[in-house]
Amino acid sequence: MRSPYLFLLSSLLLLIIVLSTGMGYLEISPFEVLKIILARITGDHELLNGLNHVFPYVVWDVRLPRILTSAIVGAGLSISGVIFQGILLNPLADPYTLGISAGAAFGASIALFLDIHFLGIYSVPIFAFCGAVGTLVAVMSLSSFNREMSSNNLILSGIIVAAILSAGISFLKYMADEQVSIIIFWLMGSFASKTWAEVSLSCVCVLAGFLICLFFARDLNIMSLGDRSANSLGISAGRVRMILLVTASFMTAVCVSVSGIIGFVGLIIPHLMRFFTGADNRKLIPASSLAGAGLLLGADTITRAVLPVEVPVGVLTALIGGPFFCYIFRQRSVGGLRA
Amino acid sequence: MHRIPVFEANRLHFSYGRQKVLDNISLTLEAGNFYAIVGPNGCGKTTLLDIMAGNKTPESGNIRYFGRNIKEYGKRKLAREIALVPQDFYIHFPFTVGEVILMGRHPYIPRLGGPSKEDIDIAEAIIEKTGLYKLKDKYITELSGGEKQRVVFARALVQDTPVLILDEATSNMDIQYTLNFLRAVSKAVSQAGRTVISALHDLNLAATFSNKMVFMKSGRIVSEGNTHGVLTEEGIKAVFNVESRVYFDQYSNSCQVSYKGIGPR
Repeated sequence: MRSPYLFLLSSLLLLIIVLSTGMGYLEISPFEVLKIILARITGDHELLNGLNHVFPYVVWDVRLPRILTSAIVGAGLSISGVIFQGILLNPLADPYTLGISAGAAFGASIALFLDIHFLGIYSVPIFAFCGAVGTLVAVMSLSSFNREMSSNNLILSGIIVAAILSAGISFLKYMADEQVSIIIFWLMGSFASKTWAEVSLSCVCVLAGFLICLFFARDLNIMSLGDRSANSLGISAGRVRMILLVTASFMTAVCVSVSGIIGFVGLIIPHLMRFFTGADNRKLIPASSLAGAGLLLGADTITRAVLPVEVPVGVLTALIGGPFFCYIFRQRSVGGLRA
Repeated sequence: MHRIPVFEANRLHFSYGRQKVLDNISLTLEAGNFYAIVGPNGCGKTTLLDIMAGNKTPESGNIRYFGRNIKEYGKRKLAREIALVPQDFYIHFPFTVGEVILMGRHPYIPRLGGPSKEDIDIAEAIIEKTGLYKLKDKYITELSGGEKQRVVFARALVQDTPVLILDEATSNMDIQYTLNFLRAVSKAVSQAGRTVISALHDLNLAATFSNKMVFMKSGRIVSEGNTHGVLTEEGIKAVFNVESRVYFDQYSNSCQVSYKGIGPR
């Protein structure tokens, strides 16, 4: 019972990667893109004969890091979306529900506001990451009661903490003079000028998170029957919830610190994929990661290569994703409820 | 013949914050019986059942399952011994009925493996037996409350355990399915020596199917024993504070309870 979607989605993703690498100010054909990638991987430089000598640099050092980062972040946010919806038992949850985006934004705003540079180009991502993780710890300790965390408590605590942090960000924006535009731009999310360092960092984290989530996917399925049923089926619901919560939050924190805040991917993709694969998380997690990668890469390519000006990708995902989500939501409400 | 009891609860205490829910409960349950646990709302039935299922740990006291402290059993091992049908049956995501029922085999399926032929056969047999065949490929989120409860009940039967704990497990079903399920499990008690422990609000259903009864009130056990011995007018008055008549009913072949009505208009 292998799902045909996985094969389809993987092929589609590879196709988008190759095509989008060719797109941009310099048009490079997909065939040439493949040759350049092959030449870099095998070290066989004869493959490059007859090509414009700028192309390998453009493909390998400029475009591919950005393209792969956006795909990995798209996958990471979508997996986190599946997990957050699953553990909070709330189809409206997304990677940012627990205030993680607000925490990251606050951390980044502080770094930008204080003009901190002692960590080099990683100053802002590191501050964003610390903000996200700090928020997670605060939300979790706020919502645990009698050593148990109910999903309602988690969501409520997330909203409270996020509200406080948003006020803090507004305050920083108000106080900032010329940095205010940098802060605003960071908050909207972007993949511009990513490097291979960011590709490998996010790849390692998202891949590890993916494997952990897949490992507990069946437990997560059963936890949607409620804790009492899950416990009587031999699952330590509390422990699994904690592991997945930390894993998904960590993935989100890494993604946000690399790219800024990109909304809607983590909300829409799991919904959309549930439509195709059903609710089984063992199929939903791989399908969502591939679809999320494709979608965010597609959106980033549109802003990078198609639109005359580069719109922040976070704005674009919300602008495309929002109405699209309204559409599927209506279709499903009219044509029989499934979620 | 001396047999080790299924459950021996020894001075259990439990409270939520300052509110005492179980107050010094000691109870011995023997295998091969259908126990009905009855008592008013909030008397601690659900908490007691959760402790028996290993879902909650008592604050003090201990509970033994077949002679061994229940904490010594691993969670998976326990899940092959005791199944629980909870009161609530809200399922949050659009799984199919077949998928939910197969989840009952979880304790038997290795983590990185799929269900075996045996797992699927058992699930299929229960689906057939419980009349869920037509609903098999439907989404659980599309079903009515009573239908969902049948799926949740069937899920526990698929777990195929010697002990079945029912917490108001038929509260939303129509009378046909209520009787089907309760008959099926009491057959498993009388023929296969399994044990059913069921919290029930309907005293007549409890009287029809159980052979042992436990009356609870305010976290304590008021009386326990054979159903026909414990189910008395005085007992019902003491626990529920209602007047009733208890009589032996030929048709149901059990004691039945009737309450004062207001007469025809």
